[in-house]
Amino acid sequence: MRKFSGFAIVREAMRAHKGWAEQWNNPEPRKQYDVIIVGAGGHGLATAYYLAKEHGITNIAVIEKGWLGGGNTGRNTTIIRSNYLYDESAGIYNHAVKLWEGLSQELNYNVMFSQRGVMMLAHNTHDVQVGKRHIHANRLNGVDNEWLTPQQVKDFCPPISIAKSARYPIVGAALQRRGGVARHDAVAWGYARAAADMGVHIIQNCEVKGINRGPDGAVSGVETTRGTINAKKVGVVAAGHTSVLMEMAGVQMPLESFPLQALVSEPVKPILPCVVMSSSVHAYVSQSDKGELVIGAGTDQYASYSQTGSMHILTDTLEAICEVFPIFTRMKMMRSWGGIVDVTPDRSPILAKTPVSGLYVNCGWGTGGFKATPGSGNVFAHTIAKDEPHKINAGFTLERFRNGRLIDEAAAAAVAH
Amino acid sequence: MLLIHCPYCEEERPELEFHGAGEAHIARPTNMGEISPEDFEKFFFIRDNRKGVVFERWRHLHGCGRFFNAVRHSVSDKFICTYKAGEPRPKLTDKQIAAVLPPAKGTPANEPIVNKGDAK
Repeated sequence: MRKFSGFAIVREAMRAHKGWAEQWNNPEPRKQYDVIIVGAGGHGLATAYYLAKEHGITNIAVIEKGWLGGGNTGRNTTIIRSNYLYDESAGIYNHAVKLWEGLSQELNYNVMFSQRGVMMLAHNTHDVQVGKRHIHANRLNGVDNEWLTPQQVKDFCPPISIAKSARYPIVGAALQRRGGVARHDAVAWGYARAAADMGVHIIQNCEVKGINRGPDGAVSGVETTRGTINAKKVGVVAAGHTSVLMEMAGVQMPLESFPLQALVSEPVKPILPCVVMSSSVHAYVSQSDKGELVIGAGTDQYASYSQTGSMHILTDTLEAICEVFPIFTRMKMMRSWGGIVDVTPDRSPILAKTPVSGLYVNCGWGTGGFKATPGSGNVFAHTIAKDEPHKINAGFTLERFRNGRLIDEAAAAAVAH
Repeated sequence: MLLIHCPYCEEERPELEFHGAGEAHIARPTNMGEISPEDFEKFFFIRDNRKGVVFERWRHLHGCGRFFNAVRHSVSDKFICTYKAGEPRPKLTDKQIAAVLPPAKGTPANEPIVNKGDAK
């Protein structure tokens, strides 16, 4: 792999950019691998990368139905934060934030991680109490999060309206300064490039049609549209389609898949210096480096795999955005799209072994998995390599829905997750 | 937005009047205190989450207020029929299912990449 650097750009500029090579391989699948990862999104590619880098397992295939990073990795609103309430959540999301902070250097790929701050607005007494409870819990876990008065909110984010006459007036906000955004595609590309460089095979346009099990019940490989591929260990990292894949191995999941939508505005000059989210009016917005406002909407109320969503969900979100930012009322929205998110009953992910020997699952990230990409891949790689969870993901088991040890961020984080 | 036929009001109404209530035909155990953790998990948390024809509950919240069941395809989102609570799963004909299937190629996002530049 040729290292990216300022010098490389100058060198290539001198010779008509003829020296740039393909960034990852596009190989024919082998018959046998040590590990198969199903799903080449951010989490799957990160898992392959850390398996190769930290655990020395390089004979890996990452199998993808569509194209690399074409699922929820390329569809989310790229918000990164770690101010979750419970210890387990704070552990894994903060692990991710720490990895984000060195990721561009580590991958030699600019993921454009920008710690511009994530501000979560409070509109009523309940929001204030919940926000402050989070701040105290976060402090105990060593996660930065601080309380802002309405005037401090206005100072930190000038385009916001703190008018007392607003229907949902802003009475304060919790701010995580280490939170921010990153370029979602670059995360998938950076991990793919670094993993491929260590020998990982990335096999696109290859749909998994079945999960094979040997006579002892353990996983023996997968059936794909490009033939049978064998491996003793299979990690399913398939987001919205996890239930479909796990069914192939006879494992029923506590998941429901919903369409989640996002949209972007026309590009404008820099106006919004941070990420703003509001659980009560259900809006979240940031501005991309291209200048578009990136707006996240909610899920539809019915389970679906349609990768689209209803118009009224978008209009509800835009009403909320216009309420908080009257300055944006005349902006045009350019595009909207949907992805399928897999939601667990307690709104916390599952990163665990399964009842099937050799089968591992990383799913249930629901509406907010992008922020965890490096941390998730890192501990999931550990889980696969050692056949036991890392201490950070020890609580995110599949059995918690049986033994009752839920990580109930459903109540803690409400919609803005 | 979906248009949903309420079997009690006997008319199609916009989705905004309804509240989705998840998978249908999950019977609540009558001896809740005695069932095993495995059975409780299955009843309370495990869901089919099927990609295809699904049976689901809806409540006509801003209408008659009653719960009913519906049959829908979870990729095309098209309804096959709705029926009153307490009625058994309707037997579906192949013709009914064929009418709600998504386009054969799937959504544009699922189509394979054809790089026209490679053909040269």
